[in-house]
Amino acid sequence: MKKLLTVALIIISAVLVAVGCMQGQPDSVFAKAATVCLECIGIG
Amino acid sequence: MDKKKRFALQSLAVLLHNADLKGFFTGRISATPAKNVCVPGLNCYSCPAATGACPIGSLQSALGAYEFRFPYYVLGLLIFFGAVAGRFICGFLCPFGFLQDLLYKIPFFKKIKTFRGDRYLRLIKYIVLTVLVIVLPLCVKLTPFFCKYLCPSGTLAGILLAFSDTRLFDLFGSMFAWKACILGIILLAGIIIYRPFCKYLCPLGAFYSLFNRVSVFKMDVDKSACIGCSACAGTCKMGVNPSLNPNSLECIRCGECVNVCPCGALKYTTALNKKPAVKGERNSVE
Repeated sequence: MKKLLTVALIIISAVLVAVGCMQGQPDSVFAKAATVCLECIGIG
Repeated sequence: MDKKKRFALQSLAVLLHNADLKGFFTGRISATPAKNVCVPGLNCYSCPAATGACPIGSLQSALGAYEFRFPYYVLGLLIFFGAVAGRFICGFLCPFGFLQDLLYKIPFFKKIKTFRGDRYLRLIKYIVLTVLVIVLPLCVKLTPFFCKYLCPSGTLAGILLAFSDTRLFDLFGSMFAWKACILGIILLAGIIIYRPFCKYLCPLGAFYSLFNRVSVFKMDVDKSACIGCSACAGTCKMGVNPSLNPNSLECIRCGECVNVCPCGALKYTTALNKKPAVKGERNSVE
C-alpha cells in the first residue's frame, strides 16, 4: 500500500510540474530568484 | 555510511547549491537558467553564489502573487523531492543543515540533547509552515512572511551579499537587526543543541517530514536481528528511537544509528525493496 502511495505521489508531482511548466510558472520562479529579494536579506 | 562520506556529500551539496562563486566578487546574484528550478535544500536565492531558487521563497512568492495561480510547479517539485528522499534532504543536502552540523562540532561544556517540552516545541515548525509560508502570504499579497521575519538563511545571504557590495550596509535597518538577532540566536543555540532550526522552526523540514514514511529512500529495522540494546536511540541527535520508529518524522537519515548498531539490524533501504520477513520476537539482551 505504501509503495502505491509512493508511486502515486511521484506521478502526481510529475503532473503538477508539467502543468506548472505549461502555465509558464518556471519563468515566475526565475523572475523572483534572479533579482535580490529585499525581504529575504532583511531590507524590505 | 561513515561520517567522512556524509561530510563529503554535504560539502558537495553546499557547493552545488552555491556554485556561481563569481557573485561573491561582483556583488550580483546569479541569473543563470538554473534559477528556473527550485533546489531541494534551504538556500536563499539572494545568496551571491546561489545557483537555484529557494523552494520556500518560491512557494510564498507564488501564493502571494497579485493574480493568484495555484503553484503547480513549485508544489510539484517539493512533493517530488519529498516522495523520493523525505528528510534525507535535511541530513545530506541542505546547506543550512550542514552549517548547523558544523556548529555542533564546536566544543561546549554542556550539550543539550533534550529538555522538558522539547517534543512540543518541535510542532512549531508545522505552525511556521502553515501560517507563515501558506496562510499569511495567501491573505497579505506580496509579503513572504517566513522570508521577511524569520528565515536565517536569507539573513546570512544578506550579510554575504553586503560584503560583496558594501553599499548594502547603509540600507540595513531595524528589520535587519531583528533578523540578525534571530540568526545569532539560532547559530549560538546550534553550538549547544543539535540543529535547533531544523528541529523547531524549518518549514521545509516540516514539509519533507510528512513524506518520511512513504518516501522511496527510507530506513528499515530488522526486528529479528535487533537485540533491543538502544544504542541507536542513544546516539541519535534528533531524539528518535530508530529501532521502534525508523521512519519517524524527525529522522534526517544521518545514518549514525546504522553505524552504531552492533547487530546490523538498521539499514538504509528503498521503498522498492522487499521488506525482510520478520521471524519471531525481538531477541533479548543477555
